This record gives sequence, structure tokens and C-alpha cells, in this order.
Amino acid sequence: MIQVTSVTKHYGDTPVLRSVSLTLPNEGVTALIGPNGAGKSTLLGIMSRLQKPDSGQVLIDNLDVHSTDNALLARKLAILRQDNPISLRLTVFELVAFGRYPYSQGRLTDEDTNQINQALGYLNLHSLQHRFLDELSGGQRQRACIAMVLCQNTDYLLLDEPLNNLDMKHAVDIMKLLRRAADELGKHIVLVLHDINFASCYADTIVAMDQGSIAHQGTPDELMTPAIMRDLYGIEMSIQRIQNKPVGFYHL
Amino acid sequence: MSTASQESPAPRIAPPLAVLLLLALMLASLLVGVADLSWAALSDQDWLILLVSRLPRTLALVLCGTSLAVSGLIMQMLVRNRFVEPGTTGTLEAATLGLLLMALFAPGLGVFTKMLVAALCALGGSLLFMALLRAIPLRSMVMVPLVGIMFGGVIGSMTLFIAYRFNLMQSLANWSNGDFSAVLRGRYELLWLTAALTAIAYAAANRFTLIGLGRNLAMNLGLGYRSVMLLGLVIVSLISAVTVVTAGVIPFLGLIVPNVVSLMMGDNLRRSLPWVAWLGAVLVLVCDLLGRLLRYPYEIPIGTVMGVLGSALFIYLLLKRTRPAYV
Repeated sequence: MIQVTSVTKHYGDTPVLRSVSLTLPNEGVTALIGPNGAGKSTLLGIMSRLQKPDSGQVLIDNLDVHSTDNALLARKLAILRQDNPISLRLTVFELVAFGRYPYSQGRLTDEDTNQINQALGYLNLHSLQHRFLDELSGGQRQRACIAMVLCQNTDYLLLDEPLNNLDMKHAVDIMKLLRRAADELGKHIVLVLHDINFASCYADTIVAMDQGSIAHQGTPDELMTPAIMRDLYGIEMSIQRIQNKPVGFYHL
Repeated sequence: MSTASQESPAPRIAPPLAVLLLLALMLASLLVGVADLSWAALSDQDWLILLVSRLPRTLALVLCGTSLAVSGLIMQMLVRNRFVEPGTTGTLEAATLGLLLMALFAPGLGVFTKMLVAALCALGGSLLFMALLRAIPLRSMVMVPLVGIMFGGVIGSMTLFIAYRFNLMQSLANWSNGDFSAVLRGRYELLWLTAALTAIAYAAANRFTLIGLGRNLAMNLGLGYRSVMLLGLVIVSLISAVTVVTAGVIPFLGLIVPNVVSLMMGDNLRRSLPWVAWLGAVLVLVCDLLGRLLRYPYEIPIGTVMGVLGSALFIYLLLKRTRPAYV
């Protein structure tokens, strides 16, 4: 379980998170949504220990992420941030293999190799595995990064806009993959999403943030209403049910 | 589908060939010199020259080349920039300043103590450089070494001023231009320390690759970011101090070698670091041999040969690696 208690964060004088408290369930997919500057990425950064809050604390399975041993946390929780400018010339295989570093410190066991191949397979990367990252497109690199955190095989997986740079096919593939990981392997996945329809179709819980606070938390059915969307994004959205999922239309 | 975890770009015969080439160059380095040795029947005099002068020089070259190239590689991982080496981060300049201060205030102390103080200064200089980088918002790829060169220039002119005022210009010239002609038995053994440091760097190769991936990815994978950063800086500082004390600064080596190896086989240090070490040794041996042969029986210091060769290669790399496609 992830428990966020009174987390506050300022960048300079600007408050980014205003005493955020949040409890997320044990498994399933949780989507963080909200307009630009709502504090989603910062909250994810603090939940994942990469950023320190000004005050407040984050517990994951009752471990304080900011004081627990980093190597231990790396086997419990994986985080992929939005931009991962990798300037190293590594092959896709080498990068994904580093996902096993928390377990094997780089000396791969058979178990590690299995996990790596599985992750490469999930993200359709086998044909690219010996290519250098700097020879790939942005989307292919993004998939390699996702494969890396996937084969870290942690209970908690935090992803900041994982669909960035991806074409529609790969975006859908990854959402399906994450859904499967949650359903079949009992993982808890928290991700920042910009496309509210992906959130609505794949998430169990949606957390909506606005101006550094949690504005709403609930199931897609509870949150996908014209009133909440107007409140959150300031646009008129018509919500329709397609294949029994609420889908927002706001493009006209 | 093969798992093919280690499909090495270099064919399997490459390592033995590489060792052979290195041994051949070392042999050549033993053979070349002003004194004429009668190889058919070595006299006592010949043995003396070989053991006191030629062999130490050759070993010093290999140790220096290896460790300087590796320290450049580590620096590039720590700073996450391809165009840095201890000579463009203020590290070497700080080590030289440390040595100068020791020559001024504690000339009687042993060379090991002096080296340690120089290493501490180098560490301080490198940390200051890292702090400087954090404070400067614009981090374009070429800006980083420029900041480092300016920073090194400031330390360098302080050093120059002190040396000028206290009549130590000659010592300063010895440290700042690499030259192996004065290496003799009893005056290079400190360099073996760099072999140990290179071995430690190899043992920590995966950690340095991870740190090169950046703070976020490295921390996500459970790396103790700060401690690995410090380990890297300590290794680089010690190597810098030892080489400045014994042979003097060899420019560009730490910059060029890791870049060439990176272009050929990538940046997975577990695999590439031995090649960086090898190429460093080979390049230094070649430059030193050139310096000894070009105007035989006189010598051109290796720092000068490397400066000429290195600056040309550096410009080539700069053009090749700052293509927009690469970023």
C-alpha cells in the first residue's frame, strides 16, 4: 500500500504540492490525471524517492521511501520518469539487463536472462536488442526504458507519462500490458496520463490533481463526468459510453 | 532465438591480437634508446641500462597510458559528458597546485605524502567543478568542457603566479608537460598504485555505467549515487596526482581514448573498460616512440607529441559526436 501523508513541495517560492495526502490500494492500475502544472510529476517523483518533499512522508508497504535503503527499495518499487536522456551507447539488451541490477549487480543468472527476454518480448524488442540506443527512434527508446523497469519485477511500478513518443499501436499495447501485469501478477501500477480516455479505459482508480492538491479520487465511472472535467480542465466534454467505458469527447 | 547476451562486436581473436600488439610495442620501447645495447651478448652495463632506465620507462608508459585513459572514461561517466577528462575539469590543475604548495611549504616530505596532498587538492578541485556545473543552468554538451577549461585556467594561473613569485617555474614545467625521459628505477614505482586503482575501477565498472545513465535511472536501480560518485572522483583524483608527480600531464589522452572505444563498442564499461585501458597504453607507447625517433638522438616530450596528435583527433571527434542525430 502506498500512503502519502501531508506532502508539501515548493520550487523556489511557488508551491507545487500543498499538503497532499493520499492512500492508494494494494494492486491495480492507478492513473494520475490533471492539467499541466497540477503537480502530478512532482508527486510521482516524491513517491518514488527521486525527489525529497519539503515536509510530509511517503510510506510504501510501511517503509519510509526517503529513509529506507536504496538498494532494498529498488527491488520493491521501480520508477520511470518522463525524460530519460541517455547519452550512453548501450544496446537495447544491455539497458534492459540493467533492470536486473538490483538483484544480480550485473552478473546475470539464468533467472535474470529469462526476465530480460520476457521483457524484451513483451515490448516487441527482440529484433532490436543488439542495436545501440542512439540508433533508435524516440518511441523505440521509450519502449526499451519501459522494458528495463518491467524486468526489475517490482511490486510497485511508477510511470510518468509512459505513452510519450509512442504511436497509437504501441500506446495501446503498453496499456494492455500494464493491465495484464496488474491482473495476472498482482502488480500495483501508478502512472501519470495525459489522455483521459486511456485512464478511463484501463485504470481501476483515477486520481485527479489540480493546483498542487488532490481534487478527486475514484473509479473512472465516478470521475468521468462533464462537471468534474469542466472543473478540472476548463473545457466542455461530452461523456459517452463506448463498450461500457466512459469516453470523453472534447475535440470540437 | 538465441539469448545472445554477449554478442561481442569484436571478434574472438581480437583480445589475443591486442595483447600481442601491446607486447610488441613494449619490446620496441625497450629496444629504442640512445645507448647502443649489444643484444646478442648483454654486458653488465647493458643490463644496467635495461633495468634502470628502459624497463622502468616502458612500464611507466603503460601504467600512465592505462590509468589516464581509464580516469578520463570515469570522469565522462560522472559528468555525463563526452568531452571531459581530468584535464578539462580542473582536476589536473588542482593536483599541480597541490604539488606546488607542498614544494613551497613542506619540501622535505616524502613523495608519497606530497602525492596524497595533491590528490586531496585534485578531489577538492573536481568537487568544486561539479558544484559549478550544478549552478550553471545551461548545460549544452560543449559548454561543460568549456566551463571546465576556464575553471582549470583560473587554478592554473594561480599556480603560475605562485610559481613565478617563488622561483618554482622549473618544477611547474616538469609537472605540466608529460615527459618520460627522466623516468628511472626508484622514481616511477608510485605509478603501480594506478594499476590498483584501475583494477578497482574495473571491479566497479557496472556502477560507473549506471551513474552514466543519470541520477534518476541510477537511483531507481538501487545505486548509492553519492557514494559511487565519490568513489569515482577519488579514483580520478589519485590517478591524476600520481601521474602528475611521476611523469607530468599528458593532454587529450583521457579524452580521445574513451571516445574512440565508445564509437567502436559502446559504453558498457564492463566490456569497454579493458579496451580503454589497452588503447591508452598503446597510444602512449606509440607517442613516446615517435617522440624518441622523430629527431633521434634527441627527444620530443610525449606531452608535445600527444598535444599535436590529440588536438587533431579531438576536433574530429567534436565534429562527429555533436551531430544533432547523436544527441
